[in-house]
Amino acid sequence: MFDNINLLTLAPVLNVQLLLDGLFIGAIFVLAAYGLALVWGVMNVKNLAQGEFVIMGGYLAWHFSTLGIHPILSMPLVIVIMFAFGWGLYISIIKWVVTRDLFTSLLATFGIALVLQQALNLAYGPEVRTADSGFATHAILGGLVTVAEIKIISFGLCIVLAGAVITFMKTSRMGQAIRATAQDARAAKIMGIDTERVYAFTYALNAAICGAAGVLVSMIWVIQPFYGIPHSIRAFVIVTAAGLGNIPGVILAGLGLGVAEQYSGFVLGLEFQQATALVLLLLVLIWRQIQLAQHRQVVQ
Amino acid sequence: MNPNMITVEKVSKSFGGVRANHEISITVPEGKITGLIGPNGSGKTTLFNSIVGYHPIDGGSIKFEGREISNLKVPQIARLGLLRTFQQTRIYGEMDCVKNMLISVPHRQATMTDMFKGYSAEQKEKAEALLEFVGLYQKRFLISGDLSFGQQKLLEFAMALMNDPKVLLLDEPTAGINPTLINGLIDRLKRANEEFGITLLVIEHNMRVIMNLAERIYCLAHGEMLAEGDPDEIQNDQRVIDAYLGAH
Amino acid sequence: MTSDNTLQTQGAASQAGGGKIALNPDRTPFYVYALILAFGIAAPFLFPAYTTQVALLWLMILFALTWDICGGQMGYNSLGNIFFFGAGMYISAVVQVGIFTDVGAYTSARGGEQLVLDYGDYFFSLIVGTLAAAVGCVVLAIALGRIVFGLRGPYFAIGTLGLALSARELAGTWQWIGGGSGIAMPVYPGLPHEKSVVFYAMLLILAILTFVFLRWLYSTRFGLAINAIRDDEEKAEAMGIHTLRHKLVAWSVAAFFLGMSGGVFGNLTGFVEPLEVAFPAATFGIFMVVMALLGGKGTLWGPVIGATLFHIVKEVTWTYLLGWQWVALGLLIVVNVVFFQEGIMGWMQRKWPERFGITVDQRMSTSGGAADAKEAGR
Repeated sequence: MFDNINLLTLAPVLNVQLLLDGLFIGAIFVLAAYGLALVWGVMNVKNLAQGEFVIMGGYLAWHFSTLGIHPILSMPLVIVIMFAFGWGLYISIIKWVVTRDLFTSLLATFGIALVLQQALNLAYGPEVRTADSGFATHAILGGLVTVAEIKIISFGLCIVLAGAVITFMKTSRMGQAIRATAQDARAAKIMGIDTERVYAFTYALNAAICGAAGVLVSMIWVIQPFYGIPHSIRAFVIVTAAGLGNIPGVILAGLGLGVAEQYSGFVLGLEFQQATALVLLLLVLIWRQIQLAQHRQVVQ
Repeated sequence: MNPNMITVEKVSKSFGGVRANHEISITVPEGKITGLIGPNGSGKTTLFNSIVGYHPIDGGSIKFEGREISNLKVPQIARLGLLRTFQQTRIYGEMDCVKNMLISVPHRQATMTDMFKGYSAEQKEKAEALLEFVGLYQKRFLISGDLSFGQQKLLEFAMALMNDPKVLLLDEPTAGINPTLINGLIDRLKRANEEFGITLLVIEHNMRVIMNLAERIYCLAHGEMLAEGDPDEIQNDQRVIDAYLGAH
Repeated sequence: MTSDNTLQTQGAASQAGGGKIALNPDRTPFYVYALILAFGIAAPFLFPAYTTQVALLWLMILFALTWDICGGQMGYNSLGNIFFFGAGMYISAVVQVGIFTDVGAYTSARGGEQLVLDYGDYFFSLIVGTLAAAVGCVVLAIALGRIVFGLRGPYFAIGTLGLALSARELAGTWQWIGGGSGIAMPVYPGLPHEKSVVFYAMLLILAILTFVFLRWLYSTRFGLAINAIRDDEEKAEAMGIHTLRHKLVAWSVAAFFLGMSGGVFGNLTGFVEPLEVAFPAATFGIFMVVMALLGGKGTLWGPVIGATLFHIVKEVTWTYLLGWQWVALGLLIVVNVVFFQEGIMGWMQRKWPERFGITVDQRMSTSGGAADAKEAGR
């Protein structure tokens, strides 16, 4: 481990590689985290199936690529399919869970996650896959840093998608309805907002965002039916660390997590890269608990 | 021997930019009933919460039986004998009334092994006697969550008595109670004070109730102490009248 | 409130006496216990080919019962109790191997070195290992509980899940305990069928111990206290209850029995591996929750009923729905959680409250009519 740290100081250009890779993948984490924060903030549903939505989007993209459609071009298709899927899930299951206690929504979404994992496994098999995007890889900075074109494109698409969603939330009627419902659902209802539609839309939107993120994951990383849980954990870590409604915080935390994973993978080894999100989850929860203990809450 | 059960000295508490309490000082004498009144938002509940330990205070000191408690946590303060009831009335909704009572025995000297014992015949009798005292004896085996709001309030009061408190802080005990039943509640409060010797500090909005009940009253407004005195003095204090009517 | 405002005299109350009040008395008829015990003892002889399947039933019952202590009874829904199952398994394995040889050398040999013991040594190491697992898991529960029980609601669930997953990762990378390959357990010194029966008996005994212990525990103040924490923890704190103490003890009890079951299961399987055997968080870990919910959380028999039903359904669908069994399972979870959260016991208690000693006010009961406000079944 210390050899690896030494390496970082002896060849500082390695840091650039880790940083870039971390940012590229971190941007995707930000997307999934934003979707989770959306559903959490609006409906108080902690969607444990978040990672599975991402993976499902990835598999859809991969599937389309086997049919000859380039993954990037398939993104609009995937977004539409995932949106409809999310809407369907809301009407059939989530609708009943919104008003219940928090553990119910956790377990219900976990059940959905289980079904999705296994369904994807049945449909596509347990092999790890990547959707071939056919873009070139460049070496910069004296050949020590490799940058894949597709990663840059993915980063750009993340920005575009994020921008689109945020603009939508700020300017469209539905976006405003969503924000109103998030603040006070009863007041929104009284003012004539159809909260059921808002909830369905929000959940569907989340699924679509995750699906888009999944398309990107399938191109710059890998997909596998059981890789959903790590994505869910990452989204939780980011949202818990940043706090709901704190978009700059989510961006920072997401990018930071991506970079942290790259560094831990390099310094400690690949097995520890997977554990990074987990360790950070526990740390974030402990830190949060310490914070709460210091400012003891007032009770009605 | 300190005649004051609770001594609050220049206690301040702010939430963000809002100054909920500013250098409030009150004393709660032992064995007496003290009232705390003031319009909405004057800081009464904040003061209550400070006393029972729900949040740290920004400044000042709170002493219970001469001992500083502002740095203690809620369960620790409760175990010293300082209990509070809740405005929204909190009970254990899935258990029946008797169980609500039994679990409310004092935990002052509870050791690890005490956790695994049963309840003695005296404790069970006391539980039933107190339920009788508040008029819930007939309903003692009903699930407490099924009781009406007024009945739950009485149960919460009985549970507090079960805990052998030295001081009881009551947060608007008559709120939400049918006016015809308020007299019964006042009587029970008085009896708890006279017969069981429990010191009471009561937040109240119902003027008839508090003037009838308390021997000394403090009035807060805008987070500051406005006036203090016995019921007659307070009722005739122009500042108090103005604060409630909002003339300033 | 009484219909008038007069206060009752003290005299009327003391006539009632304290003798009629009992905490969670067990009214289960004796023959139910007798039947179950008879089945438990006879099963390996009646259905020798299914010995291990029925053994797993006892394991499932233990899973559901231990989850319910913190979950249904105390309101802390853990998604990571499997942590103790795996920790117990590893502790037992390390102790068992460590008695006879160097653990590090053994695990790096990756099965090259086999532990062949005679009956005496085998059972000695098994007992010592299992007890070490129990003690070790209690220590872990107390140490980790201080951190974990500061989390509330969904954060507790996610935190415990994170704990279990972290342990899984750790076990997979820690070479001394075998890393990803795990630890091969000592070989049973007898014939396979004999081994099945022996481990069947151990799991049956563990399940019975767990049930009997909990039956006693829920009849003490402890049972009442954890119910109070479930119903309103802040109220419990405001009344002076030592909530942290109770939470740690509850989790320790669960850890105790789970740890032992893990130790036994590791020996039954023959090898301890982090992903599928020790910390199967997405299978056994979730089954724990689902079974308790299905049968009715917060009751003594609910987890037992739920585990039995779940196990039977699972075994049947596994055989006949191969390929789709996980989908069926996931659907079962969703349906149970969303539409039937009271579980079987909860449903029965709502339909026939008097049979379970619950008093319902005549004016308030939905079944109306015959339901009487007097104490029933006492």
